[in-house]
Amino acid sequence: MILSRQTRFLPAVALVFTIIVGQPNAAELPTGATSCSGCHSTSTKIETPVPPIRGRNATDIVAAMQGFRSGERPSTVMGRIAKGFSDDEIRAIAVWLETQ
Amino acid sequence: MIMGKMIRATRRTFLRGGLLTLVAAPCLAQRKARIVVLGGGFAGTTCARMLRRADPLFDVTLVEANPTFVACPFSNAVIVGLRDIAAQRFGYEAIRGEGVVVAQDEAAAVDPQARRVTLRGGSTLDYDRLVLAPGIAIRWDALPGYDEAAAATMPHAWLAGEQTMLLRSQLEAMPEGGTVVISAPANPFRCPPGPYERASLIAWYLKKAKPRAKLIILDAKDSFSKQRLFESAWQLLYPELIEWVSLSSGGKVTSVDAKTRTFVTDFATYKADVANVIPPQRAGEIAETAGVANTSGWCPIDPVTFESRLQPNIHVIGDAAIAGAMPKSAFAANAQAKVCALAVARLLQGKTPSPPKLINTCYSLVAPDYGISIAGVYHRVDGQLYDVEGAGGVSPLEASPDFRAREASYAEAWFRTVTAETFG
Repeated sequence: MILSRQTRFLPAVALVFTIIVGQPNAAELPTGATSCSGCHSTSTKIETPVPPIRGRNATDIVAAMQGFRSGERPSTVMGRIAKGFSDDEIRAIAVWLETQ
Repeated sequence: MIMGKMIRATRRTFLRGGLLTLVAAPCLAQRKARIVVLGGGFAGTTCARMLRRADPLFDVTLVEANPTFVACPFSNAVIVGLRDIAAQRFGYEAIRGEGVVVAQDEAAAVDPQARRVTLRGGSTLDYDRLVLAPGIAIRWDALPGYDEAAAATMPHAWLAGEQTMLLRSQLEAMPEGGTVVISAPANPFRCPPGPYERASLIAWYLKKAKPRAKLIILDAKDSFSKQRLFESAWQLLYPELIEWVSLSSGGKVTSVDAKTRTFVTDFATYKADVANVIPPQRAGEIAETAGVANTSGWCPIDPVTFESRLQPNIHVIGDAAIAGAMPKSAFAANAQAKVCALAVARLLQGKTPSPPKLINTCYSLVAPDYGISIAGVYHRVDGQLYDVEGAGGVSPLEASPDFRAREASYAEAWFRTVTAETFG
């Protein structure tokens, strides 16, 4: 009698500590892409001379970043930032931005 | 009628499904993952918001003592009358609207073993993961003569709000020909270029309003952020107005006297008409209480997850964290918060967080239309965040007035953007 009550009770205790989490539905966000929105606003309500980059064509973003990195494309700060990213990293960020 | 049927049908389906689930899987006994974030600044608010967006099943509570946040970036512009303090205030309505529970309270204790936070109001919050974003605390014990009472006469204005307005009113009341003295601390501290931006903007104000006044910076360092850019701009815009006294020239302040507004160094005594003490700092109070601060007063973290090196399941972001090469800036706090939120989400989902790549960009105004910047890109090397070699750096030393004006406008645009992402 006591044994059967324990066997019913124990799994219930274990279940209390099971945590529910959902699965992320979007494409995997590259960690390098998280910083971009500090300057490139994701809101259309913000008045800014800094162009939006979400939803833009990935090829264009790759070309712009490579241009900033080589110095062919003039910039104030983007040249300094683009130099910190490899071709693969730029591509991953660009592909993710395109899907946003 | 139709709706009633639908509801009944749904309830029946739900009950049937529920019973089946009870037999097949332990869903009814499950609960949401609970995340508590302490501190509603750039780091904490961004993190709470991004965690909630990362997974709608996360139960996210942000604990913040103040009903509104007063931002430090651009508070130097408030001090010299270029900006209203109201433009620095932000509320928590938007993140409440996204489902983050905002508790207006303060953490009194953290029990890392029980994973429980006790609030000053008496209630407790249990967590699966805790994120600490307490910002800085002033080290009132570090500079003889400088305590909370002294700050009413010699403001620090390094936590924005009343202190910002106090320094502003003192500047406005200062007699023509007066002397402003700013003391700057040794590294590390919040906003490394901040003291020099403040000196620049105060010089801009003095040149206009009290042209015979002088400004002295007493520094506990021999070099500072964007130094060559600041110094060349000072020569151009404010010749003879700013005197910088470095550590090796005797700039380190050893004590202050609030009654006489005097700074004492090993070599001299400086009597100020307006005295701004930027004092030594440490991580916000709760870091020590929670046991995540080391003897330096700051918090060592893992650079992938921002999890404390000293306590499991507690993450530290923003100014309180020892984030390697990353400076203590609002940009860095916001960027770290997003990386930390992703990492915490992955950990709770039983996945492995990806190694981070982070950016920082800090603008300073030397004058309203003269901006300069420093940028960095960071990655993990040997368990710490390092600069990516060859990337980052400061604005060019030689640049056109148009370039400086554009950086000034980007500075303001950054503030609008980051505050919208965090609070808007």
